[in-house]
Amino acid sequence: MSIVTVQLGQCGNQIGFEVFDALYTDSHCPQGLCSKRENEAYQASCKERFFSEEENGVPIARAVLVDMEPKVTSQSLSKAAQSGRWKYGQHSCFCQKQGSGNNWAYGYSVHGPRHEEAIMNLIQKEVEKCDSLSGFFIIMSMAGGTGSGLGAFVTQNLQDQYSNSLKMNQIIWPYGTGEVIVQNYNSVLTLSHLYRSSDALLVHENDAVHKICAKLMNIKQISFSDINQVLAHQLGSVFQPTYSVEGSCHYRRNPLGICPLFNLSNKMYVKYTYRNIFFSSCLELFIKCLASFPLIGIDWQVRPPLSGLPTLGKVSLNRELHFNTSIANLVILRGKDVHSADLGGFKDPALYTSWLEPIHAFNVWKTQRAFSKYEKSAALVSNSQFLLKPLDTIVGKAWNMFASKAYIHQYTKFGIEEEDFLDSFALLEQVVASYCNL
Amino acid sequence: MTQSVVVQVGQCGNQIGCCFWDLALREHAAVNQKGIYDEAISNGIKFNFISLSQAVLIDMEEGVVNEILQGPLRDVFDSKQLITDISGSGNNWAVGHKVFGSLYQEQILEKLRKSAEHCDCLQCFFIIHSMGGGTGSGLGTFLLKVLEDEFPEVYRFVTSIYPSGEDDVITSPYNSILAMKELNEHADCVLPIDNQSLFDIISKIDLMVNSGKLGTTVKPKSLVTSSAGAVKKRHQKPFDAMNNIVANLLLNLTSSARFEGSLNMDLNEISMNLVPFPQLHYLVSSLTPLYTLADVNIPTRRLDQMFSDAFSKDHQLIRADPKHSLYLACALMVRGNVQVSDLRRNIERLKPSLQFVSWNQEGWKTSLCSVPPVGHSHSLLALANNTCVKPTFMELKERFLRLYKKKAHLHHYLQIEGMEESCFMEAVSSLSGLVEEYNQLDATKSMPVEDLPRLSIAV
Repeated sequence: MSIVTVQLGQCGNQIGFEVFDALYTDSHCPQGLCSKRENEAYQASCKERFFSEEENGVPIARAVLVDMEPKVTSQSLSKAAQSGRWKYGQHSCFCQKQGSGNNWAYGYSVHGPRHEEAIMNLIQKEVEKCDSLSGFFIIMSMAGGTGSGLGAFVTQNLQDQYSNSLKMNQIIWPYGTGEVIVQNYNSVLTLSHLYRSSDALLVHENDAVHKICAKLMNIKQISFSDINQVLAHQLGSVFQPTYSVEGSCHYRRNPLGICPLFNLSNKMYVKYTYRNIFFSSCLELFIKCLASFPLIGIDWQVRPPLSGLPTLGKVSLNRELHFNTSIANLVILRGKDVHSADLGGFKDPALYTSWLEPIHAFNVWKTQRAFSKYEKSAALVSNSQFLLKPLDTIVGKAWNMFASKAYIHQYTKFGIEEEDFLDSFALLEQVVASYCNL
Repeated sequence: MTQSVVVQVGQCGNQIGCCFWDLALREHAAVNQKGIYDEAISNGIKFNFISLSQAVLIDMEEGVVNEILQGPLRDVFDSKQLITDISGSGNNWAVGHKVFGSLYQEQILEKLRKSAEHCDCLQCFFIIHSMGGGTGSGLGTFLLKVLEDEFPEVYRFVTSIYPSGEDDVITSPYNSILAMKELNEHADCVLPIDNQSLFDIISKIDLMVNSGKLGTTVKPKSLVTSSAGAVKKRHQKPFDAMNNIVANLLLNLTSSARFEGSLNMDLNEISMNLVPFPQLHYLVSSLTPLYTLADVNIPTRRLDQMFSDAFSKDHQLIRADPKHSLYLACALMVRGNVQVSDLRRNIERLKPSLQFVSWNQEGWKTSLCSVPPVGHSHSLLALANNTCVKPTFMELKERFLRLYKKKAHLHHYLQIEGMEESCFMEAVSSLSGLVEEYNQLDATKSMPVEDLPRLSIAV
């Protein structure tokens, strides 16, 4: 089953490239740490999901690149082509000459309707190339104009046109200290619209990934390229094939069929992926992380182990130990000794909201085939109160700005009125309240 | 690929415009040499600067424009894109605005339409002029209304040179105040610059270069005041160095739109992010570094110094002290080998010393462009929407009132058809209104930041 990726805006296109690169590199990793047959099954599954075949054997990413100005998409296209290993389809790119100017209203109300047909046609063409479509993966940022505004519009269209397919949006949460001045407005408008049309929102915060680069990877001068590569690795370790229920050698057919219990709200949060450590200590960390109240200053100190000895992670918990309540958790394990990993801690009812049984809320996917060059890796995808604080913060700041009417004229110019803002605020306050009451 | 049209009006405007094209040529020539732009990219984007922008040159006396046409840049300018007259505006806003405005309106419109047709996707007009004279000030601001009517979707960025206190044009306060009203009403974004600040910056550079204090030599082409040199030889005239600073400002402003980067910023984003209310569209700018030392390995401390300098009052292109006033919004446009972590680190470092308005505490807009200016490894342009522009406007108003009370030179204006005393009164009240808005914002400066009560909903 295949996934069609839609990359929107500068952020979406820069990340999209890194994701496909990571997926390709991993699937062609020589090691694998598993039998040859397994490796081949893995490769075939990955290929089917993310790439389509061309005559001369160079795989083509199943992706549509959309941006309102040409610089970034042409960069992504050429970087892929130059690598010689995989590439984007020649006609998979939709571009205009002038960007959205960080204006959500412009992206949604002007660019959206204007280019609706062209963009949906491109997506349709990509869908037709798939034997069977599992769903859509839409990569976008919240802070800008194209990714956020046009992204919301496209997602809505996908909901109308392909209502049976899953739509997952990968959204990038901007730096708290400001990348774009109107980022809070754009974020509020984006989230409220996506809530109505997307099935799942996978969130990555720039601040969090930046911290990973700084503290865990010790990169001195962090560039967006570093950040995007970390992101791509996390996504790759989530989306690459894993065993289905039938056992090994049969890879799960539906890659996006993550936990079915998303009736409340569809937020997920990919936690840090740990490498080269024993599963037990890693899983302990995950549980501690799940249990502690989400606070920005969670200090992770995991050093790469020497000669396979496990390291202990130090987690500084908040003084008042609130339990961070989850609706659903998914753990993905790859590599050596995957079957002997002890996942008991995840089934503790204390982690979950009272109206859920852990057995319904917790899922685990495994494969013995290692990811990239890591002997072991684990990923946690969680729908819990993790995002409550960041969401609350963004809504609060946007509200303060809205109260002073600053920048509103830029949005009303293109058809987004004050009522639209109020609707968005109301919806998000409901989400915040729902998560609070878990 | 978007294009802009540069409209240079008056002596000042044309001289600055000339410097701008000179430097732009140099920049693109340097970049193309390094072969960064692979024309095999099938999208066919060409960073040919001539297709990048168009120019329209307007002056009401021929001297300056003729000189440009005879100089080495003559091939750059299409001679059909000029509008000149012989007599000049006599430093009279009314002559520039009313007389030449109506006389040349059709011609100007025609040239502008032609320029727009050449453009694939016209995004913005850059108007360069001075406020104190007659043509730049009068005709330049007349143009704004024309552009707004004819091309309502295209942004109007105005670079205005404000007269300093010891300006030699006696009527400059009248001209400036009359022009301000037009800027208030018809410009999308104004970058005020004053000659005194430019002059101070030059003195500072001269001091550093000649003092030999640092013990190392300064790279000659890296001075923000230096002209291209390679492209054209001309005698360094007194205003050249100052004009080069303004030209560099414009180059850096458009760099993220012209070159690639990891976080692009287009011109329409400037207006979107830095103009919270339509009237408050005056942006204080500062450029750093002013020169680069010859030693190549620039450690991080130097980089951080660049950020600190951008907020010091010595680097502002207008006499203002943003640190002690209230920020409404701030944009940092970085060029060269600077990564996002450097940017974040410096924002967090400088934030505590700056005051932002309560509803925009994280009012930062950032951009990263990979290509540095010629002669530098990195540079920073900071644009601030800050209440520190207020003193400049208030001083201008003072000077105006001193003249107006005595009715000095007023008859030169009133004898022009369409000019009455009410024009002056309206202009002053427009300016007063603007100052009042800044005052109101300043009043909120020392108030504690309160979170407003949120929407309460039924769950």
